[in-house]
Amino acid sequence: MNESVQSEPKLNYLNAGNTVKSWLLTVDHKRIGVMYLVSIVFFFLIGASAAALFRLELATALPDVVSNDTYNKLFTMHGILMVFFFLIPAVPGVLGNFLVPIMIGAKDVAFPRLNLASWYIYMLGGSFTLAAVLFGGIDTGWTFYTPYSSVYADSNVILAGTGVFITGFSSILTGLNFIVTIHKMRAPGMRWMRLPLFIWAQYATSIINILGTPVLAITLLLVVFERGLGFGIFDPARGGDPILYQHLFWFYSHPAVYIMILPGFGVVSEVLACFSRKRIYGYEFVAISSLAIAGIGFFVWGHHMFTSTQSEYAALIFSILSFIVGIPTSIKIFNWTATLYKGSIELSAPMLYTLGFIGLFMVGGLTGLFLATMAVDVHLHDTYFVVAHFHYVMVGGMMMAWLAGMHFWWPKIFGKMYNEFWAKVGSVVIFFGFNFTFFPQFIAGYMGMPRRYHVYDLTFQPFQMLSTAGAFFMGIGLIICLVTLVASLFKKENCGRNPWKATGLEWTKADSPPHPHNFDGPVVVDVEAYDYTDERIYQDA
Amino acid sequence: MKAVKTAPEVASIYAHQVDNLYAYLLGVSIFFTVVICALIIFFSVRYRRQSDADRPEATKDGKLLEILGSVIPFILVMIMFFWGAKLYFDARIPPKDAIEVLVTGKQWMWKLQHPNGKREINDLHVPVGVPIKLTMTSEDVIHSFYLPDFRKKMDVVPGKYSQMWFLPEKTGTYNIFCAEYCGTEHSLMVGKLIVMEQQEYAEWLSHRMVDGVAAPIVASDDPAEAGKQIFESNCMVCHTGKAGSIGPHMVDKFGSMRQLENGEEILMDDNYVRNSMINPNEHIAKGYPAAMTSFKGTLNPKQMNQVIAYLKSQSTEAAE
Repeated sequence: MNESVQSEPKLNYLNAGNTVKSWLLTVDHKRIGVMYLVSIVFFFLIGASAAALFRLELATALPDVVSNDTYNKLFTMHGILMVFFFLIPAVPGVLGNFLVPIMIGAKDVAFPRLNLASWYIYMLGGSFTLAAVLFGGIDTGWTFYTPYSSVYADSNVILAGTGVFITGFSSILTGLNFIVTIHKMRAPGMRWMRLPLFIWAQYATSIINILGTPVLAITLLLVVFERGLGFGIFDPARGGDPILYQHLFWFYSHPAVYIMILPGFGVVSEVLACFSRKRIYGYEFVAISSLAIAGIGFFVWGHHMFTSTQSEYAALIFSILSFIVGIPTSIKIFNWTATLYKGSIELSAPMLYTLGFIGLFMVGGLTGLFLATMAVDVHLHDTYFVVAHFHYVMVGGMMMAWLAGMHFWWPKIFGKMYNEFWAKVGSVVIFFGFNFTFFPQFIAGYMGMPRRYHVYDLTFQPFQMLSTAGAFFMGIGLIICLVTLVASLFKKENCGRNPWKATGLEWTKADSPPHPHNFDGPVVVDVEAYDYTDERIYQDA
Repeated sequence: MKAVKTAPEVASIYAHQVDNLYAYLLGVSIFFTVVICALIIFFSVRYRRQSDADRPEATKDGKLLEILGSVIPFILVMIMFFWGAKLYFDARIPPKDAIEVLVTGKQWMWKLQHPNGKREINDLHVPVGVPIKLTMTSEDVIHSFYLPDFRKKMDVVPGKYSQMWFLPEKTGTYNIFCAEYCGTEHSLMVGKLIVMEQQEYAEWLSHRMVDGVAAPIVASDDPAEAGKQIFESNCMVCHTGKAGSIGPHMVDKFGSMRQLENGEEILMDDNYVRNSMINPNEHIAKGYPAAMTSFKGTLNPKQMNQVIAYLKSQSTEAAE
């Protein structure tokens, strides 16, 4: 095997067609994954620009960069784009689409046309949301709390709500597709307990997507009905109940946290195994705990509502369940750490992102305990402590995992290896920039600074200044990362089939980039997952 | 240059209790963060790949780590749960001798009213050493009344009353923030809590400002007094309190349990009385017809508050 010196490149999914039509009408899961990559990065960059602007505003306690109205619209846009158009689809849309069929030895997903439709639905939802921004913005916060959103807000709630409503169907259909694919299309010998943990994570995520997302869709539809048609559902002036909205919203939006983070767990498991050349410690436990988290995660939503006037006894149940959902998560962290023990550890760029993930996600998880503790949450709720907590989970956790995955599978997706030195620099700058940005917010929150404040008390200013400085540091890291990855596409030489010497069908049986049908012939699996003692993987590079 | 503050004021014993729990949480978190990070760094150095030919041996999965890894965190978090829940429940019911202040949130200000009718906007004057109970509602969207120095916060919701209380331990000025995002000027919906000596407060309370000059409070400022008049001209016809009247007795029953036609029991509190004026037929008192019509358009929210204040002032029930 030595493709790198071949003069005529082998047929692969990238050179199989060059027309725009061959991309827009493709049913190849790999091309759809790449299309998701481009669109998700596009939405990410808009969301990040919004954050850059309001971080500038927050550097000082006084209003100086943007007006209060613009500030409110910026953080709303940041939240909506990042949650619904980046965090939720990032791993399933890009890496899931690309990898799920290859990892289980299938030619494509179960419903390839439906898969393409999911991308179009995602883009349609994105267009509505962008239209809401272009026609004057929306200022409700990404949570759309009633009756502000349904009666009082004077901005494009209906457009943005419709956008989020539409894009939800993309998640539902992708989830459906993955579940059927994983059940029905595994290659001979690919038993459940041989599946890569990435697949287990995608499976658990897909279940939440199918069960939870319809509730969000219904809820947003009700907001649109109340706002547009005058139904009285959430507005007390018309006999509605504003707290009902919060129950419905968090019934989806708390499990949505697991929709965002579980795929990240999957990525981290793959990368850790490869760069310590070890099977993930407690494979079965890590696999099943994803399903446990998905299940229990549906019964903790009320911890977002300890001060909302919900029943104190309901709050008690939500509090204890929130602690219990933390247990499988904490064991995952122990297992990942234990995997490193007596391994052969290489600190490559994907590995640096992954180790960064473990540290940051752990801080995110531990600070979650503060917010599950009833008396402490009453103080910290709706302060910067919460903002810092969920950014540690979402950015320190999910985004770091996504970047780890992008660096890990980049050579597989595009057949090119990036400059490893600069990729490592990018990961280190992002890690420190991130902590610099969000750690001070824990202190500001404990001191009592409410979130979503345009102007604020002077005592909070030092923390906000640090935060803004850190954000720009982190921005530089992201630019280094983006430039490094894009620059690799202009390289001539191919990286070979298995540059990391990793296990898994995508490395051992598929070319880089893979053939349009993924494999040269039928695939039979005869090894356990993460068998790094198998000599074949080291020779096949 | 002033020193940077990194912790909020401790303005009550309760705040101190919350801080103790916070310290426990912080200790557990720091311990695990340090242990895991140290292990990651140690393993990354100790087991770094020496050559591409390294082939680590497979480790057998042990049950011990799984068991310890679930039991120890379980015990630690259950302590958090019980401690946090106990503090929360202990601090839920306001003491009986609390001074009740009515709070109305609206975009973007806090309107406050003292028991004798004296009103304030955004500032709240209270005496030191006396528990203060806030009965809160909103005129528009959801707000949240937040006293960071007391570690207390409660959402202020349109269409219902919420409650919170605190016991100021020392005089001084503390922040009041709106913690629930409520629109354009959310960050300007802030105020000051001014804790005064009891004597000073009594002096302050007995005067109102008329054209910049302090003048004594008169009876018509008293919401209970105004409520009495509304009650007598609107409600007394049916709610006479005598046997055979159309509606159940109301005047001195506030705070008691009421038997309903469907066999249930309900506490006669702020939310019950308000709801009975708006949706009179939702809870029918045992032995009475569903005959009352809604006063939703007749009485405005302020007048309803006055009626409630009147009923409260007449209550013979100690409990609430």
